[in-house]
Amino acid sequence: MKFITTNFVKCAIKGCQSSTEAFPLKYEDCQLAQEEQEYNPEFIAHMLERLNWPAIIQVAKDLGNESLPPTKPESLDPIMEDDQAVLRDLHTLLLETQIVEGRMICRNCEHVYHIKNSIPNFLLPPHLC
Amino acid sequence: MSRPEELAPPEVFYNDSESFKYTSSTRVQHIQAKMTLRALELLNLEKDQPHFLLDLGCGSGLSGEILSEEGYNWIGMDISPSMLATGLDRDVEGDLFLSDLGNGVPFRAGTFDAAISISAIQWLCNADTANVDPKKRLLTFFNTLYSSLRRGGKFVAQFYPMNDKQTESILGAAKVAGFGGGLIIDDPESKRHKKYYLVLTAGSSERSV
Ligand SMILES: [Zn+2]
Repeated sequence: MKFITTNFVKCAIKGCQSSTEAFPLKYEDCQLAQEEQEYNPEFIAHMLERLNWPAIIQVAKDLGNESLPPTKPESLDPIMEDDQAVLRDLHTLLLETQIVEGRMICRNCEHVYHIKNSIPNFLLPPHLC
Repeated sequence: MSRPEELAPPEVFYNDSESFKYTSSTRVQHIQAKMTLRALELLNLEKDQPHFLLDLGCGSGLSGEILSEEGYNWIGMDISPSMLATGLDRDVEGDLFLSDLGNGVPFRAGTFDAAISISAIQWLCNADTANVDPKKRLLTFFNTLYSSLRRGGKFVAQFYPMNDKQTESILGAAKVAGFGGGLIIDDPESKRHKKYYLVLTAGSSERSV
């Protein structure tokens, strides 16, 4: 699972639908891997607006990275030379950093979702559906 | 030939040997590709602009590979671990989620620009065990999908309804969730080639089709 996905996935349990604690999930015991992806600065620029930066910082911290800037880089333009380095860094963080194994925990209901072979398991036991 | 939906739940039907057979069949690959391209045509996304898509019932990533070829980033969800494992072996580009569509789409509001589904949502109409309520599952699916899409985002789903009643319950649940749109039937005269596409929009879009 790519790092960018942590910025969108939330707890699937019905009682957590309207809870502000159900996102972002808390990441524990994660194994990371860097996997090269085709560089598409237009896609990063496209997604920037909908990224929740505090959640990016929080999940990065869960994963052991405390070096991210406190505020979201704004309106990056792939054509501008100055923006290129930032877009590259975001590409490396968001798309090339993968969580291969680990656990995601809901801060509201404490349900644990496992990631195995890069695939998060969101199947729910019947009593939680 | 029996319909797979009548034989067993999807995660049982698509066990290792079935998913391997399914994915390696060139006939299946050809039909899935054709339907994915048709779904994209019906989505009618702005050209030359990136899009983040959700592929519901992505299976082993046959549709996802086409999304990647067309330049889209995507996340896929499927209930069959074997299908997803086949997808990993094929090195698909999108993230894969093991999940049951009937339990909803677990993404925060406005995550995706659009969503597609190829040959999957008829499974939601099944009641495989006594305590399963297809109506509730359809509603949970459409409600959470609606929320995960950007306002004006579209959802196109090719599906195989067992009868008119199924089509009506699917359309009904979509409307209750707030989707606008309806059904498009390709090749309606041909029993063999007839294909059903649900074409829905989440809320109003500034962009007319
Ligand atoms: Zn929860």
